[in-house]
Amino acid sequence: MPEGRKIKVLVCKPGLDGHDRGAKVLARALRDAGMEVIYTGIHNTPEDIVNTVIQEDPDVVMLSMLSGAHNAICPVIMEKLKENGINDVLVAVGGIIPDEDKPFLEKHGLKGFHGPGTELKTIIEFVKNNLKR
Amino acid sequence: MDYSDLIERLLNNEPRAAARLITIVENDITAAEEIINSIYKYTGNAYILGVTGAPGSGKSTFISTLTKILVEQGKKLGIICVDPTSPLTGGALLGDRIRMKEHFTLNNLFIRSMANRGQLGGLARATEDVIKILDVYGCDIVIVETVGVGQSEVDIFKSAQTVAVLLQPEVGDDIQAIKAGIMEITDIFVVNKMDLPGTDRKVAEISQMLELESSFKYDSDDFSKEFTKIRKWTPEIVKVNSKTGENFDIFLEIVDHHKNFLKETGIIESYEKNRIKNETLQILKHKLAKKVEKLISSNSEIEKYINLVMDKSLDPYSMANLIIKLLGIE
Repeated sequence: MPEGRKIKVLVCKPGLDGHDRGAKVLARALRDAGMEVIYTGIHNTPEDIVNTVIQEDPDVVMLSMLSGAHNAICPVIMEKLKENGINDVLVAVGGIIPDEDKPFLEKHGLKGFHGPGTELKTIIEFVKNNLKR
Repeated sequence: MDYSDLIERLLNNEPRAAARLITIVENDITAAEEIINSIYKYTGNAYILGVTGAPGSGKSTFISTLTKILVEQGKKLGIICVDPTSPLTGGALLGDRIRMKEHFTLNNLFIRSMANRGQLGGLARATEDVIKILDVYGCDIVIVETVGVGQSEVDIFKSAQTVAVLLQPEVGDDIQAIKAGIMEITDIFVVNKMDLPGTDRKVAEISQMLELESSFKYDSDDFSKEFTKIRKWTPEIVKVNSKTGENFDIFLEIVDHHKNFLKETGIIESYEKNRIKNETLQILKHKLAKKVEKLISSNSEIEKYINLVMDKSLDPYSMANLIIKLLGIE
């Protein structure tokens, strides 16, 4: 990582889920850890997210999902990222992700799976240790 | 490193290449030098519109509404949103995109968030370079949204051809309006949230201020003067509603009017000269500061000078002069 480089993170709320307290807390925690955090707000479509990734060129995308739609939405995001040749971005999903869904999501390249009660410093460490570039 | 592949892709209007080059110029000033060196000859096609104003005056919402209109007109648009970096942690929360959400998927639009990384003046160090990249990327217009500013964050005036300052009704009394700084660099005053009471009073306050200003107007034809641009143009005032789009047609007319004015009067040329001068000065300051820092941390003479200053047999001004001698740039 060259001198002066900052970790850039995109925090998104995909799908029809309006509960973004967690996403906001996370965004602040990452900011306070010295990262540049872009919060895109609620109700993002996969197209919104992928377009934002193309333009903002973040190191990390963090998807906050509490709606239960992760198995439907996350693979679409991963697919669209791949279509656009984006393979050096860490994509993590967290929120309410049942254990039995993790292998499926992992197979699609998603990481993280931090749920309620996770300490913020755990997530910060996770981000720092899993960067792809 | 070799950036020719990325640059070629940028010239082919590939958004991923533009985004990656922006990341590089943000993070690495040596690389920025190399990249700007290769693309500079392709710049100069985009019109740069600066949007500034106090926090909460509605800059992002205003730009969002403007975006919709301009993209519908078939324009290709670049937007740079600058937000502040925390001086304590070095982190930043960039939230301007939230208010531009409905345009995320538009094809003719490229939005980029930037943290100012401690730079004063309302912009980031790399903002000039990012403007150039979006220019080469083929944007017809690049809109630069500054950090929510106070009264003296005026750097946008050095980067943009037209500067719009957003104000809102019922905030700030008329004394605020005659203070120096932000009010002096403005080409267009936009009173946002015109549905709120107090809008007409705000408009009246600004026009009174402008009348006062014009009675002091310089009649100098010396275009090399930095502030000539605003002395020759009488700023216009427009009230708008960013939620409904009311009066945006008038705003765009004024922008066109200002654009033509700059061209017809030839001011655009002196403006360009000033911009180049300012930008080079910034680069020089940065480079020299690096040199001085290096010298101060490595040269054994410096320690001697410091001791002399501590003994009061030398003062800091004289010490600075001695350092300039050491640098050999007297």
